[in-house]
Amino acid sequence: MTKRPVGWEEIPVINRNLLSPLQTTTWRYFLWVGVLGCFVAAGAGAWTYQIQTGIGQTDLHPPIFWGSYIGSFVFWIGVSHSGTFISGVLRLTNAEWRRPVTRMAELMTIVALIVTALFVFYHLGRVWRFYYLIPYPNQRELWPNFRSPLMWDATAIFTYATASTIYIYLPLIPDFALMRDRIQGWRKPIYRWLAVGWHGSQAQWQTLETAIRIITPLIVMVMISVHSIVGWDFGVSLVPGWHSTIFAPYFVVGAVHSGLGMAVAGLYILRQTYRLDGYIQEKHFEKLAQLLMVTTLVLAYLYFAEQLTVWYGNVPDHMAVQNSLLTEMYAVPFWVMVGCIYLLPLLTLVWPRFRRWPFGLMVIGLIINVGMYIERMLIIVPSLGHPRLSFQWSEYFPSLIEFTIMIGTLAFALLLYSLALKFVPAISIWEEKAGRIHEYKTREE
Amino acid sequence: MSQDNQEAHEPSKQPTWSYKWEMVVDLDRCSGCEACVVACHAENNIRISGEEEAAQGRAINWIRIERYWEGEYPNVKVKFLPVMCQHCDEAPCEPVCPVYASYHTPEGLNAQVYNRCVGVRYCGNNCPYVARQFNWFDPHWEEPLAEQLNPDVSVRSGGVMEKCTFCVQRIRRGKETAAKEGRRVRDGDITPACVQSCPTSALIFGDRNDPDSRVSHLKKSERGFHLLESLGTHPSVTYLRRLSE
Repeated sequence: MTKRPVGWEEIPVINRNLLSPLQTTTWRYFLWVGVLGCFVAAGAGAWTYQIQTGIGQTDLHPPIFWGSYIGSFVFWIGVSHSGTFISGVLRLTNAEWRRPVTRMAELMTIVALIVTALFVFYHLGRVWRFYYLIPYPNQRELWPNFRSPLMWDATAIFTYATASTIYIYLPLIPDFALMRDRIQGWRKPIYRWLAVGWHGSQAQWQTLETAIRIITPLIVMVMISVHSIVGWDFGVSLVPGWHSTIFAPYFVVGAVHSGLGMAVAGLYILRQTYRLDGYIQEKHFEKLAQLLMVTTLVLAYLYFAEQLTVWYGNVPDHMAVQNSLLTEMYAVPFWVMVGCIYLLPLLTLVWPRFRRWPFGLMVIGLIINVGMYIERMLIIVPSLGHPRLSFQWSEYFPSLIEFTIMIGTLAFALLLYSLALKFVPAISIWEEKAGRIHEYKTREE
Repeated sequence: MSQDNQEAHEPSKQPTWSYKWEMVVDLDRCSGCEACVVACHAENNIRISGEEEAAQGRAINWIRIERYWEGEYPNVKVKFLPVMCQHCDEAPCEPVCPVYASYHTPEGLNAQVYNRCVGVRYCGNNCPYVARQFNWFDPHWEEPLAEQLNPDVSVRSGGVMEKCTFCVQRIRRGKETAAKEGRRVRDGDITPACVQSCPTSALIFGDRNDPDSRVSHLKKSERGFHLLESLGTHPSVTYLRRLSE
């Protein structure tokens, strides 16, 4: 090839645009990080207080032994599915439009997984004995119980965290090499170490692409198994309202639903903050909106299938749970949830013009996530609050400490994400370039 | 196989006996006086909850008297149902514990290992009888109440699950006495605190493996049933239906 491919002159522009957030930092960024830091400190204080005094700082009481921490745990692991789903499935299907979206979604996965793990620790009654859950050789020959769904869960999440770290790292290598060459200062040696001697030879590209091709289908399978197992945490128990075969697929789709919502919102915010209009275009929002439409419909279908079966079966134990949702104690959050995750998305996303309106999509994405957070709580609390012996029926509402910890953790997630944006580019630079060249080539033909 | 560790350490010349502990609750005799609840608190060092905690539903009771009302005022009937850990043979709380804190002894007891428990509380969710109780805070006894703690029972810290043990400390003592005398535990040798204090003798405790024990006879009564039997948990507590219905 003697002729340079068309679009060659765009490459320095791409470098400049996408690396500039790493090189220049405004006072707004520091303010934002400072505010988040305050919230994180409040959350950390609340957790310290809870550890010092006891898990009784929550509103939990028999028979409701699980509450907002487990609900948040399920919610955040759902958010973590944005990255793997978007980038994994789209890479697998060779969807060209994925390019500017994958990196920011993968970052979301990593951050959400860290936060997910935190909620396990908040939840433990004796968190200082957390290492009993780890299979390590010890003198007493005690081993964790792998019949427990919680151990399946711990294994799945550990696998998922490891795999998604590899998954985000591989496509980062060429970008690390680029940053090693272009960014000076304290980050340079770190980038050099992370770039593992990348110099862009043909052999290296081939190895990298093979590696990505191998890990992509694997990570999609891990993703599905992880949220199935989270569903089985509930599904395999005896609790009325939990003991259902639909939990695994329902949880997987629910996770993708909230993950996509979060990705759309994040995409819009990043685009506005770093003026990435040229990279994240309306067509990307439109594709994501179409996916959201699919998840809305599938999720609504699964939810309807579950509720219909329970309602028609009319078993008293299960009806107590369902009635509390539909008409009684939890009716208000239930119908708000239905509005947020099914009705509003359906009513808006059917309009083609709405699907091309980034701001509107961001709002819908956030509303879906509010709804999904409520939905996670509603899976846990009404079921536990209505055990078979009705003498023990009870209600629950998260305490101030629980709210502080939840908000502090949300701030922590945003903080981690904001800090990560100063270390890796929000859009995969080499994939963006490859996409441009691919686009011009196909246009020429 | 020997029955427990102590017997394992001294090579015993005596034969070992196998026991299966069983409790029978005669609902026809229960008057709902809650003497069992008080006795259980005293025997098992159960932490004292104040008024506020009780209102939050956090008061720990290893045995409780559930009250169910039937009919409309003034023709109201109250029914009492004492509920404690049912020591299920197929206990739903056991497989879900990630650290084996909830496990099954060879004698059919569902045991809780306090110092292994990390407090994930799945067992509490999965117990259909809501028999499991959680220590939401560290226990505290005002002086001189701390002096009355039972030295045979460990005091549980905050953050761990606990529940009825069938007064395992009394079972052990009964077995040790019987072993010293080279005999099997006789019916009536062991009485858990609730059984001992029940003024109407509504609670009966004994060994199911002994065909002549009172529980073995009562178990066969046609009034007998298990709580939430359809779940297939095979409880070790048999209830006897009320006669006056």
